Amino acid sequence: MEADKVMVGKPLVSIVSAGMSKFGKFDGVYARELFVEAVKDAYERCPNLDPKRDIKALIVGQMSESFEHQGHTGPTMADWAGLTPIPTIRTEAACSSSAVAIRVGIFAVMSGLYDVVMVGGVEKMTHRKTSDVTEYLAMACDYPFEQWQGATFPGLFAMVGRAHMHKYGTTEKQMALVAVKNHHHGAMNPKAHMQKEICLEDALSSRVVAYPLKLYDCSLITDGACCLIFTKPEIAKKYTDTPVHIIGSGQASDTIGLYERENLTNLDAGRLAGEEAYRMAGVEPKDVDVAEVHDCFTIAEIVAYEDLGFCERGKGGCLVEDGQTGIDGKVAVNTSGGLKAKGHPVGATGAAQAYEVYLQLTEQAGKRQVKGAEIGLTHNIGGLGATGVVNICKRG
Amino acid sequence: MNRMAETRPFTIDSFYKFVGEGKLMAAKCSKCGAALLPPRPACSKCMSEDLQWIPVNPKGKLLTYTVIHVSPKEFESKAPYAVGIVRFDNGGQLLGMVRDVEPSKLQVGMTVIIDFERTSTPVAAPAQAPAQWPAWPRYFFRPA
Repeated sequence: MEADKVMVGKPLVSIVSAGMSKFGKFDGVYARELFVEAVKDAYERCPNLDPKRDIKALIVGQMSESFEHQGHTGPTMADWAGLTPIPTIRTEAACSSSAVAIRVGIFAVMSGLYDVVMVGGVEKMTHRKTSDVTEYLAMACDYPFEQWQGATFPGLFAMVGRAHMHKYGTTEKQMALVAVKNHHHGAMNPKAHMQKEICLEDALSSRVVAYPLKLYDCSLITDGACCLIFTKPEIAKKYTDTPVHIIGSGQASDTIGLYERENLTNLDAGRLAGEEAYRMAGVEPKDVDVAEVHDCFTIAEIVAYEDLGFCERGKGGCLVEDGQTGIDGKVAVNTSGGLKAKGHPVGATGAAQAYEVYLQLTEQAGKRQVKGAEIGLTHNIGGLGATGVVNICKRG
Repeated sequence: MNRMAETRPFTIDSFYKFVGEGKLMAAKCSKCGAALLPPRPACSKCMSEDLQWIPVNPKGKLLTYTVIHVSPKEFESKAPYAVGIVRFDNGGQLLGMVRDVEPSKLQVGMTVIIDFERTSTPVAAPAQAPAQWPAWPRYFFRPA
């Protein structure tokens, strides 16, 4: 877009606080109650903010009302977060619902309509039987031509994996190494669903879900909520001495069905979103210190490395094998544990990626802190890449 | 379609009705020449509604595949089963089960042919689907 040229590297909005619930399996807890936990975390981090006075709109992502048989998520969350009567917007883009909420939050502030907004996301999943969860998540793909013909969500990503193996020689071991790395990171994140190290053998010997993907190649079904407070950049210092600026944002769409695409080894919407965000931010892939990427399945993280330009096309497997995406690597990827170990409450995931980047760029990431991280990136994919969203942040 | 112009609307429902008759049909755009598989009411390349039904060559190449071990309830009796994406020789791609072949014998690039399930009774729709949900017939692939 034309605006790219005039605002390269300029803050679009500032993140002045962020909050996240513990991620995990919480019986007898509702989504809105998890959202309260996230909101309280954000409020406590930002004592200068008076939520009722300052926050002018809430934009919240959620994938499916099927989980709790509860729709009208916007006001539900505003109500429990003590924010009524402000206006609310719910965004839905499958697993990238709250990355789109972040985008809408950017629009809301940049339009000049609101100085301060809350964006976030939520999903409560674990009370449902796995078969129900699988069915609801599969709605993000092309029902009449994929699920109806026998495809599952892991099955579709498995086909991307098989195509990648065939074209580039990517191995099951390289995919497993993504899981080992992200579990290692998750073990250092007190809010992660699974804070447990795994070894390569565990991952490779776990049962097959959809060849070549095994149980440890799949992310977790998780409950969780997350939120961020955005302000106009000019007033960020009123609220905090350590804001994080969003300096680039991109989004793209692709065919709803994977089966229609000529290229089955990468996800173009993620690549195009990245290119737009890099252009707007005026940064290059080599400038990125920390990145939270969409590892719903291990192959998706390998594909993301390539789509984001962290390595050449086809070399994603080698990048993880060479240890270049660990905390001390060339680019630290999924320091939170990623969707793989931190968990994947689908509607909350995009916001939770931004939360981790916010922690990293404000030196709040504890044991998993990447020293001196200046530039952080989030990469969130909806469905089989029919939506891709990339946001780039800079230490304030 | 021989000499009789086929006049069914360019919908998903029409596509699956053809499948029920053992035919694989796409829509061809008269304006830009794009072949739409599955058909759409307007060409997604140029948005023209000037479309014609054309038969699709039933042979194609397997672009990728998986073997699904953890399946939805309705396919449990078939698991593990293979699913693949096929590019037809004259263009167009579809996803379907790959049958009549050992999963270990599957190869990217192998030639397959589409076939159609022949059932006298409608296929059961998934439990979560609305009661009136169309129970479409299914197609599948087998080695050519």
